[in-house]
Amino acid sequence: MILAKVIGNVVSTCKEPKIEGIKFLLLEKINPTTLQGQGDYLVAMDSVGAGTGEVVFYVAGSSARMTAVTEGKPSDATIVAIVDAIEIDGAYVFQKDRNDS
Amino acid sequence: MIFGKVMGTVVSTQKSDGVQGRRYLLVQACRPNGDLLHECHIAVDLVGSGHGEMVLLSQGSSARQTQDTYQKAVDCVIMGIVDLVEEKGQFLYQK
Repeated sequence: MILAKVIGNVVSTCKEPKIEGIKFLLLEKINPTTLQGQGDYLVAMDSVGAGTGEVVFYVAGSSARMTAVTEGKPSDATIVAIVDAIEIDGAYVFQKDRNDS
Repeated sequence: MIFGKVMGTVVSTQKSDGVQGRRYLLVQACRPNGDLLHECHIAVDLVGSGHGEMVLLSQGSSARQTQDTYQKAVDCVIMGIVDLVEEKGQFLYQK
C-alpha cells in the first residue's frame, strides 16, 4: 500500500456505466517523514469515505478490486484506509486532528 | 521480492476489508546490503518483524496468497525477516 493525501475530487459524468455512483478522489503520494507531496498524482476510488486533506493509503493492481465497493469494477487504485497516526523511530510524525493537514 | 527496512507503524481505525489483528508497518526499500532507497511501502506484517529489521516484501496480487491476506485489499506483505544475504561467498548483510 502507498501513503497519500487526498487533494480533491474528480467528477466524470460521461463514464463507463459500471462505475456509476463511486467517488473518485485526487490523491498525491506523500513522503512519510515530511508528509509533503512529490508531484505524483493519481485518481483512486474511495471505499472508506475519505475527505479532502486527509492522509490515506491505497492499494493498487488487482487488490484494488477486493473491497465491497469496487468488487467487479475496473479499479486499479482504491483507498482502503484513513490514517490516524504514523509512528517512525518511536515518535509520531503524524496524528490526525493534531496536525493542521 | 524486494528488501526493505522496517521504519515504523501506520495506525488506521477506518479500514475497509483490511486485515484484522495485523499491523501495517512502514517499510523503506533498501539494497541487499541494507542501504536505504527512496521508496516507502506500507505492508501487512505477517511475521512480527521489529523496528529496524531487514525484511522481505512481496507485492501485487501475490500479497494475497497468504492465510491472513486471502481475498483482502492488500498489495504488499512482509513475508520474512532477513538473517543473511550472501553474494559469491561474501556476506552483504548479517542480522
